Amino acid sequence: MRARVFVTLKPSVFDPQGTTVAEALHTLGYGAVKDVRQGKYFELDIDAGTTDEARRLAAEAADKLLANPVIESYRIEVTA
Amino acid sequence: MKFAVIVFPGSNCDHDAYHAVKHVLGEDAELIWHKDRSLRGADAVILPGGFAHGDYLRTGAIARFSPIMQEVKAFAAAGGPVLGICNGFQILLEAGLLPGAMLRNRGLHFRCEHVHVRVEHTDTPFTAAAAPRQILRIPIAHGEGNYYAEPEVIERLERNRQVIFRYVTASGEETEAANPNGSIHNIAGITNETRNVVGLMPHPERACEPAVGSADGLVVFQSVVKALTLAPAAVSAAASVLEK
Amino acid sequence: MTEPITEAVLERHGLTREEYQRILDIMGRTPTITELGIFSVMWSEHCSYKSSRVHLKTLPTTGPRVLQGPGENAGAVDIGDGLAAVFKIESHNHPSFIEPYQGAATGVGGIIRDIFTMGARPIALLDSLRFGSLDDPLVRRTMAGVVAGIAGYGNSIGIPTVGGEIAFDESYTGNPLVNVFCLGISRADEIIKGTASGVGNPVYYVGAKTGRDGIHGATMASAEFDEKSAEKRPAVQVGDPFMEKLLLEACLEVMKTGALVGIQDMGAAGLTCSTCEMGARGNAGVEIDVALVPQRETGMTPYEIMLSESQERMLLVVKKGREAEVERIFEKWDLHAVRIGEVTADNRLRVKDRGVVVADIPNRALTDEAPVYRRPTAEPAYLAQARVLDLEELGSPAAARDVFQRVLASPTVASKRWVYRQYDHMVRTNTLVLPGMGAGVVRVKGTTRALAMSTDGNGRFVYLDPYRGAQLAVAEAARNVACAGAQPIGATDCLNFANPQRPEIMWQFAEAVRGMGDACRALGIPITGGNVSLYNETDGKGVLPTPVLGVVGLLENAERVVRRTFRAAGDVVILLGENRGELGGSEYLKVMHGLIRGKAPALDLTREAALQELLVSGAAEGLIRSAHDCAEGGLAVTLAECCFDTSLGVDANVPGVAAAAGWRDVATLFGESASRVVISVSPEHADRVLAMAAAKAVPAARIGTVGGDRIRVSVDGERVLDEPLAASEHIWSTAIEAYFERRRAVA
Repeated sequence: MRARVFVTLKPSVFDPQGTTVAEALHTLGYGAVKDVRQGKYFELDIDAGTTDEARRLAAEAADKLLANPVIESYRIEVTA
Repeated sequence: MKFAVIVFPGSNCDHDAYHAVKHVLGEDAELIWHKDRSLRGADAVILPGGFAHGDYLRTGAIARFSPIMQEVKAFAAAGGPVLGICNGFQILLEAGLLPGAMLRNRGLHFRCEHVHVRVEHTDTPFTAAAAPRQILRIPIAHGEGNYYAEPEVIERLERNRQVIFRYVTASGEETEAANPNGSIHNIAGITNETRNVVGLMPHPERACEPAVGSADGLVVFQSVVKALTLAPAAVSAAASVLEK
Repeated sequence: MTEPITEAVLERHGLTREEYQRILDIMGRTPTITELGIFSVMWSEHCSYKSSRVHLKTLPTTGPRVLQGPGENAGAVDIGDGLAAVFKIESHNHPSFIEPYQGAATGVGGIIRDIFTMGARPIALLDSLRFGSLDDPLVRRTMAGVVAGIAGYGNSIGIPTVGGEIAFDESYTGNPLVNVFCLGISRADEIIKGTASGVGNPVYYVGAKTGRDGIHGATMASAEFDEKSAEKRPAVQVGDPFMEKLLLEACLEVMKTGALVGIQDMGAAGLTCSTCEMGARGNAGVEIDVALVPQRETGMTPYEIMLSESQERMLLVVKKGREAEVERIFEKWDLHAVRIGEVTADNRLRVKDRGVVVADIPNRALTDEAPVYRRPTAEPAYLAQARVLDLEELGSPAAARDVFQRVLASPTVASKRWVYRQYDHMVRTNTLVLPGMGAGVVRVKGTTRALAMSTDGNGRFVYLDPYRGAQLAVAEAARNVACAGAQPIGATDCLNFANPQRPEIMWQFAEAVRGMGDACRALGIPITGGNVSLYNETDGKGVLPTPVLGVVGLLENAERVVRRTFRAAGDVVILLGENRGELGGSEYLKVMHGLIRGKAPALDLTREAALQELLVSGAAEGLIRSAHDCAEGGLAVTLAECCFDTSLGVDANVPGVAAAAGWRDVATLFGESASRVVISVSPEHADRVLAMAAAKAVPAARIGTVGGDRIRVSVDGERVLDEPLAASEHIWSTAIEAYFERRRAVA
């Protein structure tokens, strides 16, 4: 099973890296890009019987380690 | 008294903290490897600066799972004094021993320079020897020192007098220019509710001798000696909890 | 299997037909592709120094303090108390153009390994950088990446970057120079060499797993760039400072046990270079099986494994019987030391793949007996014209005030604070002099001593006169160290030049080495090692010839260290040396007229030596309150820099130099004559210092007083500059920052 974990900064947290990337895109002529938030992406190769089990494991991994709950939130996609 | 300086793989200010307390302050000190399971009777614990585990994933995120951290948590729970400097502060945050989190510096660059911080409260083991509102000139060296916590948490920290060090100008003004990394309310260091665990981003161990530019940081370590001399009972209770 | 060796294959490997014939003669048969790869990297310019060896042989490399000269991973000098300073400078120019962050980061990683592989704990870094014009967004991106890379690696591993220099010129646009210097301390009797000896002793590999990065990195460094360079991107290695920190600590711990025969880091040409070099030094053979080498990619061929330049790997020769001890220490640091072979008796490099021999070459053929070329030299056509500087042709100069502001804002002169603020320059709590304050100075804990270090070079002077320009570089680096109060005791050189197959470039190189050698001999400073970087050119356009000298000095009493800035109002300002108003190759000429012309400043090495002795003895007696040498920008800039970071101004009056009509002020204030230092002394010591100078035949004159809040300079009594200190400092300290902080619009 493959779980994809997308970790992003919570909306209330100021993201100077995302802002810098947005400004750089504007300089390159991409004014249509209104905002950029920078996050992290993890691919987990999981030994699990069902997608639900894989999702549960990935969520535990995210809660315990991959995301810092004070400043980050996450979402998970699982494929067989 | 004895200080324990915890060494994680990637710590690089452990020698500096050791030098400060052993050779400048003149107290006993021991370097303790992160895989050890004993603090060896230390009266105070220092988590030093550096890049524990390469700062991979997030600063301090992996170090908090090191075996020694069980001992540090127990020591803290029993009231023992714990100081987290820079990366050490980040580890305390990830370990949940202090509230909040660290973000990348607002200016995005690593910054190494002297700053001024004001001692907000002197009733912690690491500020007991300072004068109220004393201004210290000590160096910072970090890329992720932008302290953040949710508004309710910040409000509670301020209300409970848990903000211990704040970035100010040389004359004591709390301005944006004095804030090197964008941290909320110019927060440079905080303590926990029981006021025995302190974390700060600046490096007091780098300011203990005039030869290296400032000796203002020495008071942080002198404070521990003062605090323990005045209240040894609390500390031996903490230490005995851990004696195996 | 033998791949047919065609012209195309040879060209890809950077080997000439003659070189291939030599290989055939040595081997007595057609080489395997793995053997060809091994020869190609060991015989590349970067590894073999084939174009430069005949010239480098003429350098002075011995002296009473020298514990290790050129030939090992780094040089070493005795600093007393049973300790040695181990140091070297290295370049990582070509990779820093291709991938600025990783190119610079791996450059830092490489030089650090060169130091700790000798058994020394690295305690300081310096970097000497050259970029094109900051008006060019590509240059800004390159510089931002290089600085971030140096910071990222050095900060993470916890070694302070305490100083360095940065200069700018269009010739470096496509060929930035990234020279990194590292210094470490070891016990003088515990220096470890990169030697393999003792038949049957096991050969161990420790560190990161081997991947395909950096293959042919050595050959890339030995060729120019052209339009196809973008495709070379995979040849840049990615560094991991955390891994290197673990390696550093583990290796130093292992070295203390005495279980090692020899150790070397795997840098350029990776496994190939470390195995044959260690064998050659020990007059022994090394046999390894690549199947035992830890790999992080699948399907790697022996060729790829031998040529890989994956970072953070070390090769060790362990004393037979002590393997378990060594393995245990590495395990503690979560590193795996793996036995991959052993030392043999036959002085050959033998590479097996699962027991089958795929390469078998005499070590000497790859090292001492690599080709040596005496390439043709010819004085360049540009030189005669370039040396002519007729000031009157330039019309009348701008007002001194305008020149002052323009020069202060010029990136080569302006404050580098935007850069060094990104470097942790205080970790290890040894830094006595912060960056920007003169030579970098670190104390040696456990002794009363300190070490001062400086990297200096001026491409313009070398372009106008390679022999004298190189001498000026030696003099400047040694002078900076002497200004701190330290006695120069050793040097390392990084020679950055363009294509040596062009006779004019080879001439620049040969003359520069000759000048460098003569200057080091005259000043009594041995060269203990260094680096040559050639082919720094793109589409036929080369960099200014840029030899960089890293000089190390010893301060017997760390408390006597001297910095560049004024200390107290009322102090007397003294100019040591002769102000001759030489504008040839000056920053003035470049900034105001866009020219590099004229004669490089004159240099009298006897006078220079006397000046340096005066600075060292004056500091030792506590008589010198501040010292700052006059370099780019001339006297006016020097005086201003003595004031910056202090809120103390200066009021000075200097005699005018003889110059063309209307040029007196500019020549006096912005000329770049050598062997000049501005010092400040307390009033009660002024006469004593002037007498000491006279006794050493060092020209010396009171020129003013510290104080006020303005920079006031008069020439022949006529006030020519009267600038507010704060405003001038603002121009100087924000010039470089302004290029980068403009809405952070850097792609």
